[in-house]
Amino acid sequence: MHDLLLKGGSVLTHEGISVTDVAIANGRVAAIGSDLGEAGETIECGGAWVGPGFVDMHTHLREPGQEWKENIASGTAAAAAGGYTALLAMPNTDPPIDSAHLARYVSDQAFRARNAYVVSAGCLTMERAGERMAHLDELWDAGVRIFTDDGDTVQNASVLRAAMEYVAQLGGVVSQHAVDRDLSAAGFMHEGSISSRLGMQGIPREADDLTISRDIELARLTAVRYHVQHLSTARGVALVKAAKEDGLPVTAEVTPHHLMFDHGEVLSMDANYRMTPPLREPSDTAALIEGLRRGIIDVVATDHAPHAAVEKDVPFEQSMSGVTGLEWAASVVNGVVGLDQHDFFDRISIAPARIAGFTDHGQPLAEGAAGNIVVFDPDKRWTPSSTRSRSNNSPYLGRELTGKVRATLLDGVLTYAE
Amino acid sequence: MNHLLSTEHLDRSTLEELLDEAEGFAEVLTRPIPKVPALRGKTVATMFFEPSTRTRLSFEKAAKALSADTVSFSPGTSAISKGESLKDTALTIRAMGVDLIVVRHTATGAPWRLAEWLDIPIVNGGDGAHQHPTQALLDCLTIRQRFGSLDGLKIAIVGDIKHSRVARSDIFAMTTLGAEVILVGPPTLLPLDPEAWPVSVSHDLDSVIEEVDVVYLLRVQTERGGASVFPSLAEYATRFGMTPERFSRLKPEAVVMHPGPMNRGVEISYDVADDERALILEQVTNGVAARMAVLFRLLGGEHDA
Ligand SMILES: [Zn+2]
Repeated sequence: MHDLLLKGGSVLTHEGISVTDVAIANGRVAAIGSDLGEAGETIECGGAWVGPGFVDMHTHLREPGQEWKENIASGTAAAAAGGYTALLAMPNTDPPIDSAHLARYVSDQAFRARNAYVVSAGCLTMERAGERMAHLDELWDAGVRIFTDDGDTVQNASVLRAAMEYVAQLGGVVSQHAVDRDLSAAGFMHEGSISSRLGMQGIPREADDLTISRDIELARLTAVRYHVQHLSTARGVALVKAAKEDGLPVTAEVTPHHLMFDHGEVLSMDANYRMTPPLREPSDTAALIEGLRRGIIDVVATDHAPHAAVEKDVPFEQSMSGVTGLEWAASVVNGVVGLDQHDFFDRISIAPARIAGFTDHGQPLAEGAAGNIVVFDPDKRWTPSSTRSRSNNSPYLGRELTGKVRATLLDGVLTYAE
Repeated sequence: MNHLLSTEHLDRSTLEELLDEAEGFAEVLTRPIPKVPALRGKTVATMFFEPSTRTRLSFEKAAKALSADTVSFSPGTSAISKGESLKDTALTIRAMGVDLIVVRHTATGAPWRLAEWLDIPIVNGGDGAHQHPTQALLDCLTIRQRFGSLDGLKIAIVGDIKHSRVARSDIFAMTTLGAEVILVGPPTLLPLDPEAWPVSVSHDLDSVIEEVDVVYLLRVQTERGGASVFPSLAEYATRFGMTPERFSRLKPEAVVMHPGPMNRGVEISYDVADDERALILEQVTNGVAARMAVLFRLLGGEHDA
């Protein structure tokens, strides 16, 4: 007898998509097909999409050091509710993940919580200061494959070049929060008609575009795999497209909030619309959606960035930057972009797993493979009203979304069921 | 009207009612006992998170002239320097039995947050570079006293419009009252998108000086966001300052205004500042009357003056 039967879903396998059943036993996919026999538990999928659990390559879990915002148990619980089975934790914790024992700590804590598989990204530079290389060899040996000072940008081109050369030789990925410090430092929001109306100092698009452009040239020089985080501008999409056309191993991500919102939301002066990079113009949003559709942008990444109420229930300019997103990222992408099942799973599971080097996640379903699976109903409308995160700094609470996670399985065990 | 946060959405009749009321209070302020009992028993709090004695004193004087009590909060001497949040500070002040709060803050939108958190009227005493609505009221009152109406007047606002809450408030109030506004300054000090504003734009003060009725000079600061925004104060004074030469080219009835504090010798020459057609002290006097009108309107007092 199987442990669990997912009955009548639209199942994504290596052979394609078909409406069928999936049986789970001993943590693995035991069989795919019809008439699979008895199971301890059955979930009627009713045509909902069944595929590999979502993979987020940009999550801030805040542990160690900022547990008042989030910890690994609460963040991964939110992830499971959002259909995620694997996360890449960002290393801007306190202390930052610049050494091997810290990276191991993050994975160990996640293993105990049993909500999702978590690997930490490692810092590129010690203490994310942008000066000396982090312990890249030790981090690599601890399983780190992606290196970034996320939250900060490595500003010094010479430091970045050396780190890129080193990571290229390891076979890892340099991932950059690509923002020019001087052009962005004084700003709080996108520089445009809304910042002008509000008298708020703006951040021009060129703060992103200049750094992305420089980084792509350094990636060309060093042959490193380079990943651009949270694209926000139309020009950024064009730069990534050109790099790909040149054959460079460049990848990029976009967040749900940059797909759904533009700077018009900031007229409310609600701090839940403060993020870095900022929400930009409708023309940028359109370019991001189109870039994701065409695969120029490889990945949807949440940039789930929890902050406590005391850090968000303040004037916009005094608030911390970032919003939470794990629980509704898939719904937002589904509702806003409208990808078909194949492309949807590609952008939110398969591509991020490939870039992050997660082998047991983000694979189309196959008999014998690990049972890391999501059931997602693309048509269901719902309005989020609460969160499993420790923080509720989300512009999605109270907004109607389209598409909902029905169940999430980690190694064959339900981590979330509707 | 529950709060006064911005001039952007104030309609003409509301603005005119406030100015009419202010006109009446301006008369009260000339009496031997410049005081009416309209807000007796009410308490007005000022919360100023930016050093500004002038505006705070003006609000306190306005409250006292209406017989309200005043309490004053400034961060240097209080819990905010110990890390208390704006929300807790606001709730604390409210809990003391305050009936209205005037707030000035460096952050755009701070008064809007207070209006969400509290159940009493909030007056924006200046938020970041965003809005300063009582300044716009006192400016319009001053112009109206001089010209009878703003209808059809040409007003040049000169200087750092980009970073000015005074300009953002004046633009909406003045144009709603029928004036035509021209923004004058170097590109680094003008809004990015003047076409989105009900204004025209010039980089050349001399080309508009002879046609305007009011020249409104803004205070100059030399540095913004770590970058210099014009070459030097001397060059600024030469291109955009109200020099005696420019002053002599004004229409005979045209006036000069400034929100204070002035940099004499930069945006306004030493002598022009003391001319009868420089209305700077009238603006200060009218500030008290305009703020009386706002407090009176929001606290719904009885006018038995
Ligand atoms: Zn980032």
